Amino acid sequence: MSLLQLPAFGKERPWVRTAVLRPELGSLVAAALLFIFFSIASSGAMVEIPTIARVLDTAWPYGIIAVAVGLLMISGEFDLSAGVMVGTAGALLGIMATEWGMNLWLALVLSLGICLALGLWNGVIVVWTGLPSFVVTLGTFFGLRGANVALSKYFTGDALIENIDEAAGFDSLHAIVATVFGTAPSDFRISLLWWGGFTLIATWILWRTKIGNWIFATGGDREAARAVGVPVNGTKIGLFMLTAGAAWFVGVSNAVRYTSVQAGQGVGAEFFYIIAAVVGGCRMAGGYGSAVGPAIGALIWGIAFVGIPHAGWNSDWRWAFLGVLLLVSTLINHVVGERVRTVRSG
Amino acid sequence: MTTEQMSEHEEGAAAPPDRQDVPVMEVRGLGRQFGAVTALQDVNVALRAGEVTCVVGDNGAGKSVFIKMLCGLIRPSEGEILLDGTPTEFGSPRQARAQGIVAVYQDLAISPLMSLWRNFFMGAEPVKGWGIFQRFDVAYAKEAMQTELEKLGVDLGDPDRAAHTLSGGERQGLAIARALYYGARVLILDEPTSALGVRQSGAVLRLIRRAAQRGTAVVLVTPKPQHAFWVGDRFLVFQRGRLVEDRRSETLTLESLSYLMAGGGEVDELETAIATA
Repeated sequence: MSLLQLPAFGKERPWVRTAVLRPELGSLVAAALLFIFFSIASSGAMVEIPTIARVLDTAWPYGIIAVAVGLLMISGEFDLSAGVMVGTAGALLGIMATEWGMNLWLALVLSLGICLALGLWNGVIVVWTGLPSFVVTLGTFFGLRGANVALSKYFTGDALIENIDEAAGFDSLHAIVATVFGTAPSDFRISLLWWGGFTLIATWILWRTKIGNWIFATGGDREAARAVGVPVNGTKIGLFMLTAGAAWFVGVSNAVRYTSVQAGQGVGAEFFYIIAAVVGGCRMAGGYGSAVGPAIGALIWGIAFVGIPHAGWNSDWRWAFLGVLLLVSTLINHVVGERVRTVRSG
Repeated sequence: MTTEQMSEHEEGAAAPPDRQDVPVMEVRGLGRQFGAVTALQDVNVALRAGEVTCVVGDNGAGKSVFIKMLCGLIRPSEGEILLDGTPTEFGSPRQARAQGIVAVYQDLAISPLMSLWRNFFMGAEPVKGWGIFQRFDVAYAKEAMQTELEKLGVDLGDPDRAAHTLSGGERQGLAIARALYYGARVLILDEPTSALGVRQSGAVLRLIRRAAQRGTAVVLVTPKPQHAFWVGDRFLVFQRGRLVEDRRSETLTLESLSYLMAGGGEVDELETAIATA
């Protein structure tokens, strides 16, 4: 016997509806279509192994950070300092290893600590002041942009820190963050496994842990979440630290891989992460999205970045493409998505 | 539940046997000033398990200050609140909630894009496993929510649907069921039927009745005499920051309740004022 006998939404779910409800579906379709399109436009060059290796190698640094930025976006916040944080992590590792003669593993841990502290700063300032994270992290962005170059010039006399491979612990660290499988040009970095693993863990956290529920609740309706006892502030601070941690990982991976660090790197990349997250179906206002979506968003960027020159077009069109992609996917997410949205169990 | 059992329960609720027991919650000499303004003064009320207490009165009569003090949102300036006969102070709604005093406000604390079961357990997620393998027990969450909704006779359909697809009545159903699931002993409802049509109002009122049958002390704020009369065991009439009437449903008719709710003596004054103008 039912008191509230109202038209039920339906207990049985046709697979189409289940599929449409998935936030990353649009980006998956877009990635497939783009890949097919560039395969034809490049007369098949796109499907060759070296090209695919290039696509993935372009995508992973964006992908790892975009996954964290995506979770942060679901909680309703942005991080514009994630790009320069890559430079910060690399520069810190480089200065510690080359100038101070530190073991790379120790430098790894110390640079992580500093990056997490910067993430904590972002989170605490946003939570305490109630200012938009857009502004707070923009401040951090400019602060780090200046500090990265100034500090590396102060300690090393140059904005380019070199010879990281001479530091102690290089070989073991290289094996973990920069091992190559296959031979160039058909080479694949171990970083792809880290990217995949991180995406899977983030997906699990989001859909299968209480922290995931807090992330959705924090971004969905902050006051509602607070009213029922969700640690809204802690969730946000934790995600700012996660984002800083993801940037740190990419920064140190690249430092070890290239054995040198350009302290000014990462400027401008912050927008790619946000674009990847939005293209991947994360809602800019928060409360909705996935971890797989931003990873696919980064993959789309890799396909376009590599595909456009392969199709014989001027590489400058990459940027125009990025703009169109962002607008179209946001439109689709907002117009089509809003009606059927729900946070799925996974 | 059969119809027979239900009518039995409803009779039982109209005259609970434990009425003489210690009230779940009691306020003595409760009052609150905001600066020089006295919002409420000298309120004495005992809330008992299984009773629906309706709080009625005009705008600014002190209803909302009263319920906000009950649920810990506003601290009283004078008087005391007793839980099971023991004086208590609530520093926050969270502390009150921990003691089983739950307020369901008009905004209901429901996150629109989250599924029903995610909303149901928001902030109190059941987990299984340990350490880094600890996880949200999704299967249990869905099962427990459905069981609770069935017990209350609320059918919301697919537990995976987003909360924003619920109707107003369904949202109330979800919010009330959630409060009861977490062991609300005192359930405070702020105008739950204000935005609802007749049919959905009826469903929500039946749900309130059922909550009382389960032994919850329900405090209902509503401006609608018909709704209050149908569901209430007791009526507290507030006027200008004072509790002016405390009546049991047996002593009232719908007409006399409407008269009290419209302001009682004030209506007479108003009529006189109009007649002599």
